[in-house]
Amino acid sequence: MSSQPGRSVKEAVAQGIGRRYRNERIFKALGLAALLIGLGFLAFFFYTLIANGYTAFRQTRFLLDVELKADVIDPRSSRDPVTLATADYQSLVRDALRARFPDVTSRGELRSLFALVSPGAGLDLRALVAREPNAIGGTRALWLVADDDVDVMVKGHVRRDVPEIDRRLDDQQVGWLTELEEQSRVALKFNRYFFVGGDSRDPELAGIWSATVGSFFMLLVTLGLSFPLGVATAIYLEEFAPRNRWTDLVEVNINNLAAVPSIVFGLLGLALFINIFGLPRSAPLVGGLVLSLMTLPVIIIASRAALTAVPPSIREAALGLGASKMQMVLHHVLPLAMPGMLTGTIIGMARALGESAPLLMIGMVAFIVDVPESPLSPATALPVQVYLWADSPERAFVERTSAAIVVLLLFLLVMNAAAILLRKRFEQRY
Amino acid sequence: MAAAIAADPRTFHSLPGYHGGYVALWCTLPALLLLGLWQLFEPMWLRSHVLGSLPEALRLLPDDQLGLIYNDIRNLVEGNVVSSEPGTDMLAAAERYSALRDLSRNLASAAVLVLGIAALGWAFNRVRADFRARNRVEHAIEYLLVAASSVAILTTIGIFLSVLFEALRFFQQVSPLDFLFGLSWSPQTAIRPDQVGSSGAFGAVPLFAGTLLISGLAMLVAVPVGLMSAIYLSEYASRRFRAYAKPLLEILAGIPTVVYGYFAALTVGPILRAFGETVGLDVASESALGAGLVMGIMIIPFVSSLSDDVITAVPQALRDGSYGLGATRSETIRHVVLPAALPGIVGAVLLAVSRAIGETMIVVMAAGLSANLTANPFAAVTTVTVQVVTLLIGDQEFDSPKTLAAFALGLVLFLVTLALNVVALRVVRRYREQYE
Repeated sequence: MSSQPGRSVKEAVAQGIGRRYRNERIFKALGLAALLIGLGFLAFFFYTLIANGYTAFRQTRFLLDVELKADVIDPRSSRDPVTLATADYQSLVRDALRARFPDVTSRGELRSLFALVSPGAGLDLRALVAREPNAIGGTRALWLVADDDVDVMVKGHVRRDVPEIDRRLDDQQVGWLTELEEQSRVALKFNRYFFVGGDSRDPELAGIWSATVGSFFMLLVTLGLSFPLGVATAIYLEEFAPRNRWTDLVEVNINNLAAVPSIVFGLLGLALFINIFGLPRSAPLVGGLVLSLMTLPVIIIASRAALTAVPPSIREAALGLGASKMQMVLHHVLPLAMPGMLTGTIIGMARALGESAPLLMIGMVAFIVDVPESPLSPATALPVQVYLWADSPERAFVERTSAAIVVLLLFLLVMNAAAILLRKRFEQRY
Repeated sequence: MAAAIAADPRTFHSLPGYHGGYVALWCTLPALLLLGLWQLFEPMWLRSHVLGSLPEALRLLPDDQLGLIYNDIRNLVEGNVVSSEPGTDMLAAAERYSALRDLSRNLASAAVLVLGIAALGWAFNRVRADFRARNRVEHAIEYLLVAASSVAILTTIGIFLSVLFEALRFFQQVSPLDFLFGLSWSPQTAIRPDQVGSSGAFGAVPLFAGTLLISGLAMLVAVPVGLMSAIYLSEYASRRFRAYAKPLLEILAGIPTVVYGYFAALTVGPILRAFGETVGLDVASESALGAGLVMGIMIIPFVSSLSDDVITAVPQALRDGSYGLGATRSETIRHVVLPAALPGIVGAVLLAVSRAIGETMIVVMAAGLSANLTANPFAAVTTVTVQVVTLLIGDQEFDSPKTLAAFALGLVLFLVTLALNVVALRVVRRYREQYE
C-alpha cells in the first residue's frame, strides 16, 4: 500500500479517526440546525402574526349617553323606514359628546372632539333605531365606536408620551380621552365590524366579510369547474387512454401547468376572459375560472394517484361478472378512488384560497365595501384584502392585516385538517 | 316478434337507465350546442346590424371610434353612464339594438326548445329492446372524458397564444432587441405628446438582473437549508421525530405567498434596516435581501421534500457498501449518497429556481419599484413579476405599450419557467429510472 514507511494502515486510520468523528458530529449538527432554522422561522412567523393580530379582535368604544331626539330622527313621527334611515344620526353622537364636555365651545376644538368618535357610531345608532323604533325620544347609554387613532392609543400601539407632533391625536384630544378613561367610559369591546364589515377607509369599520364572501363565490366556481374536469381527465388518462403521443402530450402539459407561475394564469385571464370573452372585471366568476385552471393539475395528479391505488383485482372482478369497461370504472373503481380524489381536491381548494397574484391582474384589487351578491358582482378575495390592507398607511391596519391573515390561515388549517381526516377515515390498504 | 322480446326484460340489450340516458343526451347536448353557438355569434350579428343602420357619417369612422360608439349604444340600453350626451342617431340605434337583442333572444329560446323536443322525439322513437343504448351512452361519456382531458392542453395553448399575441403587438411598437438588451426601464408613456418624461424606455435588463438577484439570494437560503434538512430527516432523524418534523416543515409550503409578502415588508424589512444601521450599512427598506430571504424560506420545504424523495430513492446497497468499507455516516452521505442523488437534486433546485422567478406577491410587497441595475443586495431592485403587476393594476388603455409590455414580460417569464420545468422534469425522470 502507499502508506508512509513506519506507519501501518491501522495507525493511519486510528490517527484520523478523531477528526473524522468530529466531522461526523459537525455534519449531523448542521443538518439539525438547518431543520431548526426552518421550524424556528415557522414559530417566529406564527408568534409575530398572533402577537400583532390578536388585538384587532377587540376595539375601543366610548360609553356615551345619547339622546335619540325625535325631531332629528323622525320630525313628523311617521316612523317611515326611509326617513329613519336617512336621518343625521352622527349629529346625535356629536350632541352626546358636547353634553359630556360642556366647556368645549370653539369650532376647532369641537371638530377635534368629534374626531374622537368614528363615523360608524352614527350607523350603529341607525341600526338600533331600525331595530327598536320605540327607542326614539329616549336617552340611551351606548358603547360607541372610537376612531382608529384613539383605538391604537388605547391599545398602546402609539404611546402618549411621544411629542405631540409625532402622533395623530393632539394633547387636547389625549386629555379628553384620559378624562373619559377616568370615568370608566372607555373600554375594549368585541370588534364586530371586523367580521361583518366590508373594506373601509376608516380602519375601525373595516372588515373581512365582503372579502370572505368573494372568496367563497370564487371557490364555488373553482370547485364546480375543476373537480368534474379534473376527475374526468384523470379517469380518461388512467383507464381509457391508449399509450400514444397525444396522451404523452397531455401528461407533459399537466406537469408543466402545475409549475407555471400563477401570475401567467392571471395574464391569461385578463387577455382571454376579460378582453376577448368580455366578462366583467373584478368578478369572482373570472377569478374562479382562472383559479380552476390553476387547480386543475393538482386535482388531476391527486385523482390519478387515487385511481392507481385501486387494485387490479377489483377491475378484473367487475369485468369477470360481465360489467362493461365504463361500468367497471364508474360503478367500482371511481367510488373506491373518491376519498383520495376529494382529499386532493380539498388541498387544491386550499391552495386556490390562498392565491392572490392572478387576482391582481383581473382587477380583483378593487375597494369593495358591499358584500358581493353573486359571482358576477365586483368582489375581492381574502388574500387580496390582506394585500390591500398591508399597503394602507394607517397604524390600525397593521393589526387588522395580521388578524385577517390569522383568519385566512384558520380557513386553510380547517381545510387541510379535513383533507387529512378524510384520508385517515377512508384510507384502504389492499 | 319485437313484442315478445319486449315482454321479457332479461332479453333487453341495455338496462332501462341507459335508454333514459340516451334520450336525455340527445335532448340536451344538441340544444346546448346550439345555445352556445348562438351566444358566440349573437354579439357579432348585433354589432354589424346596429352599426349598419347608423347614418353614413358615423359608419365611415375608423374602427376604434366606431367601437366607442357601439359601447355607448350598449351602455344606453343597459342604462349605464354614457360618455357623451346621446344624439337622436344614438337613441335610434339604441332602440334598434334592444329590439334586435330581444328578437335574437326570443328566436334563440324557440330554436333551442324546438331542437330539444325534436331530438327528444327522435331518440325516444329509437328505444327498442334490441337497441344498443348502453354502447352509445358509454361512447358519449368517453368523448366527454376526452374533451375534459383536452382542457389541460387548451389551457397551455391559451396561455401561450394570448400572451404571445399581446407581446407581438408590443414588439410592433418597441423592437425586441431594445426590450431584451436595453439597460433602462421606465415604462411611463405620455398621455400628451408634450409631457415631461414622455419617453418610455422598455429595456428589460434591469428587471432580469433584479429577478436573478432576488432569486439567487432565495436559493442561497433555500438550497443549503432545504438540502441539509432533507439529509437530516432522511438519514439521521428517528422515525418519530421525522413524523412530526416533516409535516411541520411542509406547513411553510402551505402558507399563502401574500402572508410571506406581508411578513417580508413589515417584519423582516425593518429588522434588516435596523441591523444595517447598527453595522453602518445602508440597507434600503425594500432591499433585495429582505425579499430574497423570505422567498428562500418559502422555498425551503419545496427543496427539502423533493430532495428527500431522491435521497430516499438511492438504494440501501450503496450505503451498506460504503459502511462496509469503513466510512462514517457523513462520509457515506457526502461521497456516495449525494453524488448518486445529484441529478435528482439538480432537478429539484431547477424547479425551485423556476418557482422563485415566478413568485409574485413577496416581491410585489417587499421589493422596490424602481429599476436599478445593481448587484448590491442591500439596494432596492425590481423584478419581472413586480413590473407585470404594477403595469396592469388599475385601468389602462389596452393599446398602450405600457400595458402591452406586461405581456411581453409575461411571455419571457412563461418561456423561461417552461424551459426550466421541462429540463428539471426530464432530469428527475431520467434519474428515477436508473434504480428501478
